Amino acid sequence: MSYKAKFRVWRGEGGEGKLEDFTVEVNEGEVVLDIIHRLQATQAPDLAVRWNCKAGKCGSCSMEINGRPKLGCMTRMSTFTEDETITVTPMRTFPVIKDLVTDVSFNYQKAREIPSFTPPSDVKPGEYRMQQIDVERSQEFRKCIECFMCNNVCHVIRDHEENKPGFAGPRFLMRIAELDMHPYDVADRKDSAQEEHGLGYCNITKCCTEVCPEHIKITDNALIPMKERVVDRKYDPLVWLGNKIFKRSSSKS
Amino acid sequence: MTQTTADSPARRQRAQIKERTLRTDQWWRYPLITFIIFTAFLVYATWAIFDTSYFVSPYHAPFASPCLATSCPPESRLFGFAPFGDWYTLPPGLLILGLPAGFRFTCYYYRKAYYRGFWLSPPACGVNEPHSKYTGESRFPLILQNVHRYFFYAAIVVGLVLAIDAVKALIGNPTGLGTWILIVNAVLINLYTLSCHSCRHITAGRLNHFSKHPVRYKAWGFVSKLNAKHQELALISMFSVMGADLYVRLVAKGIINFPFA
Ligand code: SF4
Ligand code: SF4
Ligand code: FES
Ligand code: FES
Repeated sequence: MSYKAKFRVWRGEGGEGKLEDFTVEVNEGEVVLDIIHRLQATQAPDLAVRWNCKAGKCGSCSMEINGRPKLGCMTRMSTFTEDETITVTPMRTFPVIKDLVTDVSFNYQKAREIPSFTPPSDVKPGEYRMQQIDVERSQEFRKCIECFMCNNVCHVIRDHEENKPGFAGPRFLMRIAELDMHPYDVADRKDSAQEEHGLGYCNITKCCTEVCPEHIKITDNALIPMKERVVDRKYDPLVWLGNKIFKRSSSKS
Repeated sequence: MTQTTADSPARRQRAQIKERTLRTDQWWRYPLITFIIFTAFLVYATWAIFDTSYFVSPYHAPFASPCLATSCPPESRLFGFAPFGDWYTLPPGLLILGLPAGFRFTCYYYRKAYYRGFWLSPPACGVNEPHSKYTGESRFPLILQNVHRYFFYAAIVVGLVLAIDAVKALIGNPTGLGTWILIVNAVLINLYTLSCHSCRHITAGRLNHFSKHPVRYKAWGFVSKLNAKHQELALISMFSVMGADLYVRLVAKGIINFPFA
């Protein structure tokens, strides 16, 4: 069962470009990335697209399909009707290199800005002893395939380029939450989450969660818990008082 | 590193697409429905504050409970407690409504819903917001949303009061429909309160060593299960409290007067 589908694909370099129309064959069981490859093989040999695994695991083929961030390799053609025009554009939040390929170095920059795992100085590698329940929460976050669609859809930077320097995006705020919840991490991450990485910009509207192909509950399990941890540190007079009175160390419990 | 100021080359290098969104689904439905439901709730709550038929023995309308003024009928007072004397002439509901209102207003779910439905920031995912500047909850006034946990503590008390009202109704009129409406409402309100993100954090979310706190870890697991349904509980309990309140007032006004009312 094959049919001819109408596609509109954004083509251009360095931001300048336009949507081009194509009519292209679609066969049963195919995904959007297959169709893009067919365009490459037939009508548009210089069409640029980034991909690798075709299995939803490498996070390379992030694009926007009918305006929604999706993995091209995981978006089945059967989710569209045959007479629908399917619009494919590059991710909007990052600069375009060519056609569907964007420059995602913003994300690598942000990753580098977060201090890495910091164990206590008296514990040697190999001496870590953790129970499953103590690391379970952060294991959810380790499912991330770094497709960066969450950072792409987040309106804080999608709609406001000027916020990029002060906002790590959901992907890396989640990384901070992961480390802050880690039983062996001793670095203080609460103040910096708020002051340097822009946790306060997030208004928990959950678009990151909506687009995550790994179905990580970014907002509920990482961002909101991290906001609550920041409240403990910065905005809760009772916790502050309790820490003073009982001389608790406020950073890790 | 990528240049990231407003007029930087990087800004221009994003794909220049004029359309606000290329979404083809009905993305405007969620914000629109949110807007309509919340507006209806606000209109109803405003009316309820000024409506005086909030008590008909043994039912107490939830929006006016607890009744803390001497102008409240003695039977309606919580353990006869009425710290606000004759000098207080405003509607008694005004004294307490701030607490549940503040709880819902600063609730993480409601924030999401009204930021989308009322402030359009963003109206839906992948749809540009209409504002040229955005600082979110990073500074005044929205940074005040961080007081949510204090409203949570207050909400526990409010939830208890509603449970007491339900028990009073059960004692006064065990077969009344109103009694069972109040009971269901009290259960839903308390489930909503327990499913709160701040509650989840306080229970054990703030700990890094669950294994050292087995009891709190168990409680956290329970709250987390409820928390996954927080949005649903927020909406259902909003309808139940509005429905229960309206029901009691209609009985008090004599509009509803069948035998088992
Ligand atoms: S929930 Fe926060 S981080 Fe996630 S998309 Fe919305 S504003 Fe961005
Ligand atoms: S959190 Fe989800 S959406 Fe974000 S980069 Fe990882 S896999 Fe992609
Ligand atoms: S090609 Fe690897 S995720 Fe799509
Ligand atoms: S009541 Fe919704 S998060 Fe607290």
